[in-house]
Amino acid sequence: MNMIQAINSAMDVMMERDPDVVVMGEDVGYFGGVFRATAGLQAKYGKTRAFDTPITEIGIIGVAIGMGAYGLRPVPEIQFADYIYPALDQLVSEAARLRYRSAADFTAPITVRSPYGGGIFGGQTHSQSPEGIFTHVSGIKTVIPSTPYDAKGLLIAAIEDNDPTLFLEPKRIYNGPFDGHYDRPSKNWSAHPAGEVPTGYYKVPLGKAATVRTGEAVTILCYGTMVHVVASTAEEMGVDAEIIDLRTLVPLDIDAIEESVKKTGRCMIVHEATRTGGFGAELSALVQERCFYHLEAPIERVTGFDTPYPHSLEWAYFPGPVRIGTALQKILKD
Amino acid sequence: MTVDAPRSNLPPLSLHVPEPKFRPGDEADFSDVDVPPADAARRPDTADSADSFHDLAYGLVRVLDERGQAVGNWNPRLDAEAKRKMLRNMALVRAFDERMFRAQRQGKTSFYMKSTGEEAVSVAATMALASDDMCFPSYRQQGILITRGYSLVAMMNQIYSNKADPLQGRQLPIMYSAKDHGFFSISGNLATQYPQAVGWAMASAAKGDNRIAATWCGEGSTAEGDFHSAMTFATVYKAPVILNVVNNQWAISSFSGFAGAEATTFAARAIGYGIAGLRIDGNDALAVYAATQWAAERARTNQGPTLIEHFTYRAEGHSTSDDPTQYRSAGEPNAWPLGDPIRRLKDHLIALGEWDEERHVAQDLELAEMVKAAQKEAEKNGVLGHGMHQPFDSMFEGVFEETPWHLKEQCQQMLDEQKAAGL
Repeated sequence: MNMIQAINSAMDVMMERDPDVVVMGEDVGYFGGVFRATAGLQAKYGKTRAFDTPITEIGIIGVAIGMGAYGLRPVPEIQFADYIYPALDQLVSEAARLRYRSAADFTAPITVRSPYGGGIFGGQTHSQSPEGIFTHVSGIKTVIPSTPYDAKGLLIAAIEDNDPTLFLEPKRIYNGPFDGHYDRPSKNWSAHPAGEVPTGYYKVPLGKAATVRTGEAVTILCYGTMVHVVASTAEEMGVDAEIIDLRTLVPLDIDAIEESVKKTGRCMIVHEATRTGGFGAELSALVQERCFYHLEAPIERVTGFDTPYPHSLEWAYFPGPVRIGTALQKILKD
Repeated sequence: MTVDAPRSNLPPLSLHVPEPKFRPGDEADFSDVDVPPADAARRPDTADSADSFHDLAYGLVRVLDERGQAVGNWNPRLDAEAKRKMLRNMALVRAFDERMFRAQRQGKTSFYMKSTGEEAVSVAATMALASDDMCFPSYRQQGILITRGYSLVAMMNQIYSNKADPLQGRQLPIMYSAKDHGFFSISGNLATQYPQAVGWAMASAAKGDNRIAATWCGEGSTAEGDFHSAMTFATVYKAPVILNVVNNQWAISSFSGFAGAEATTFAARAIGYGIAGLRIDGNDALAVYAATQWAAERARTNQGPTLIEHFTYRAEGHSTSDDPTQYRSAGEPNAWPLGDPIRRLKDHLIALGEWDEERHVAQDLELAEMVKAAQKEAEKNGVLGHGMHQPFDSMFEGVFEETPWHLKEQCQQMLDEQKAAGL
């Protein structure tokens, strides 16, 4: 399966298992989603379980919270993460706080799916990585898969989880892993081991990172599309990097990070999102606090620049092989 | 090339900034407020198409006339017992408000909000709903909880943030939550409950349930984007929901003109969405009851949502942190042409021979004693002014279903800090 099929399969499996699971969003019903993630679900489960909504993100999330309060388990979709901002108040002030403020009288067991990230010439409003806005909010979980296998297992875990979860899907790798070489032919998931996805039910636990490659020279913390760009760059450079795919940003697998950095003595953080106040800053602070006496070099961050996401200059902006390679040389020299 | 000659004889543009009719020092005079006779409004069939509600969205549904008689098509013909219960509930809300306002002034809690003059909006509406219909209130519908028999002591425990507070001291006073009484957790963020109520109603319909949802917001909050989103969702899916707009003329210091009231009514907003809209006398408990009953029947029979504008007046300050004499005429509450909801229902019952002044005075005394006794009971659990009543580590519970490592660590850090400081 590619990642879209895996995500589709996760919703199919959960809708089959639990009559309270409903999917909703702009174009997700009859049409099956602009990325085809919900294709076939309306035909199989009916219009009251998979339906199209008006174009109002406030409404999509607000309504999902109300449905959750009733006892459903909604999986709303925001068409692009760049368009999640109108729903910020409902996500931050309501979904994330509902359990706490009502002392668990009410909860918001919703899973907000949204395609995110760049590398597709999406320009300013089809490329953003807003995860740092949400990791700053207490009460909401943030999950980002990097393979079809993880996407399905994590999405099933998120839907079953009783806390509100933001599930960001790296749309650059919907169809195949991307190594950052935009000028080479793109690959397909069928050639990748993680494209092997069971058709039935399974879970990948939230809050657990995956070590993509074990190594001794440097720990690289990354997630989403960057996992593949980092892995390929390290391989091309012949660097014995330990690559950790965080998978869940909140709650974070701090043990995996700490263990790895204490072993390698070096830590590099790579994400597409802009740098200042980004999730990399939190990672850097945590590593510095916990692994200070093991560090042999300053922590490096390779991130998007602090600019809006550009269109024509995308490949100068994107943390690709050139930018990651330069940072790797620097951190290994120190 | 631009041609500007034809414009040259026009006066310059001017920006219209609304201004209320009366400011401090002015004499309030509402004689220009159109108050149609109590029997003027027609009562349509609940199955009528939303596009036929123009007159009702711009009119004013009323039942109680100036002589205290219940008249017209909207008279819900409640028996005297039900009306006495309604009167009692409204009086209890007012007694509770008085007591808690004073408790705030005495430093027993940080904050309170009264609903004086708006008791009918919550009490009579709740009486017209089934007990398991779900309410998504704003912060000024304490009458829902009181009408549904929620414990006064529990409400006070919440207000005091004491050791028996059902919300464990996490919430600002009056932001109650009572799922078992069909009362959704109140949020400080305005109008967020509107789409949530629509979602709850959609879920009920999707599940083939027979329960409906009702929500309330002030006229000021209708300016929020959530209001528009909720109206759109409600009409698109014919959600079984009652959308109440409590037009009490004031949003803190901003008069209703800043929510658009100079140009139209709030009920008229329903027209553009294809939702049935009723504008009613919010100080007429029987009109509130009748309109809610009508809207509930419409919702329960799959005819879709109703917007009800309750035309009323916020008789007191916005909250204990507000001083209305700074922005409006002190005479406004008394000049308000629709009077006081408790007084009007009381006069009606007296006119029917089902009530009298002596019983009313006795009931007020009884309710005041009842509230006082509840307060005594609640204060045994502590008041806010006497410090923190919850275990320190409870602050970290319930952020998530299971407490993750980083919250456990922060909790330990706090406990260590407390210990090191000798606390």
